[in-house]
Amino acid sequence: MAAINFGYTISKPRAIDIDRNNLRKSDEILREMPELQACIGCGACTAVCTAGCLTDFNIRRVHTLVRRGEYKGLYEELNKCMLCGKCRLVCPRGINTRGVIMLIKRKLGDF
Amino acid sequence: MRGNNWKDYQKQIADDHYYYARSCIRQNFFPGSEKAFLDIMHNDLGKEFLDDPRHSSCTGIGYHSDVVPLETTMTVVARQFALMNEAGYENFTTSCITSFGIYTEILSTWNEFPETEERTRENLYKATGREFAKPRSIAHTSDVMYHFRDEIAAKAKHRLVNVSTGEPLRVVEHIGCHYAKIFPKAGVGGSEFPYVLAGMIESWGGECIDYPERRHCCGFGFRNYLVQANRGYSIANSQKKLESMAPYKPDFIVANCPGCTMFLDKWQYAIAEMEGTTYGQNGQGIPVLTYEEMAGLVLGYDPWELGMQMHQVNVEPLLDKMGIEYDPSAKYLGRKGRYIGQPESSVVNAGCSKTVYDIRE
Repeated sequence: MAAINFGYTISKPRAIDIDRNNLRKSDEILREMPELQACIGCGACTAVCTAGCLTDFNIRRVHTLVRRGEYKGLYEELNKCMLCGKCRLVCPRGINTRGVIMLIKRKLGDF
Repeated sequence: MRGNNWKDYQKQIADDHYYYARSCIRQNFFPGSEKAFLDIMHNDLGKEFLDDPRHSSCTGIGYHSDVVPLETTMTVVARQFALMNEAGYENFTTSCITSFGIYTEILSTWNEFPETEERTRENLYKATGREFAKPRSIAHTSDVMYHFRDEIAAKAKHRLVNVSTGEPLRVVEHIGCHYAKIFPKAGVGGSEFPYVLAGMIESWGGECIDYPERRHCCGFGFRNYLVQANRGYSIANSQKKLESMAPYKPDFIVANCPGCTMFLDKWQYAIAEMEGTTYGQNGQGIPVLTYEEMAGLVLGYDPWELGMQMHQVNVEPLLDKMGIEYDPSAKYLGRKGRYIGQPESSVVNAGCSKTVYDIRE
């Protein structure tokens, strides 16, 4: 369409609409690893992440986006993880974060 | 409980003798509206307004765009009050929502910080040799129209009713953010249940639509519009509102703010040209009216006298629904029957875009 170029376009909203997102994969992940509900989003996992020092990988962000049904590009993002497991050592809730990464990768292979 | 809350959000609106402060931008966007307001108040209701040619802009747009400092704005506002005192008036009315926000903000600042008021008095005296007293009441002109809504209903020649079906017209009312979102008690009904336009619509036979984004901003937002690179945010806000209201099939939108009326109207044109989407019925846009135009139509004024040919979205479908007679050939005739030119056909009026141009060329 775009018959007229006004010099700007209509910005798309950055809000995440949970009513519209497909939460099926997110629910499956939560069912297989219910301990994820204990996450308080403190970000300790991200703070100690070796991959995070070298790249912009952020496990806390990835987890939040998965729970909200925003899966696009996350599989590639998770490839940056070296599975060293330091995040698991510092998690105050004792979540098996390395297991979480493996599980998300398995579930999101399609995305 | 709710009854008590409602009592808190009623405001005192004077009955007569007002000082009228015009808006700087309305006279370009909807040039007939302010004249229509004065005509309605003077000729139909017999109220006295002083339309003072000496008053200036309130500097509101400059203030919100960070190019005019607050101290300057305060001194300019103090000068308007001084002019009102000199003319012997005590009830200040303003035609613009931005100005209304500025006046209420400054009066509240002076109330909280009397030393600021003293400094403003000094600045005004040094700059102009004038002194001022604060107004006894301050009202937006839509408050005044709301105050006299029943008198207008009694004189109505047309009602907000679809003459072919007898059903009330479905109206979207949009209140400017600066009317009551800054100081909720300054507006009729506060910021969450503003009744100023809804009261007029109900008195004149229409039906208000309650839709999810009813209290969302129109998208003007000063810097969001003034800087070209930011206009995508402005238009996205209007689009969000329009998408939210479209399923309720509104017959028209009415707003009490110069910016909102302008943007809800003009952005419909831009969205239609960019994406081909229109939000009204029969592939057209939704007409957007000022409350003066709505009152003018109800009182039987000629739509072209009210300046309705200046709208981006054609208003003829609405006039037909209300059963208002108009002369289509007189639409683009200005004063003394002089032809004022005509806009190109556009997608928002169910036409096609004849002009293809690139603003960067």
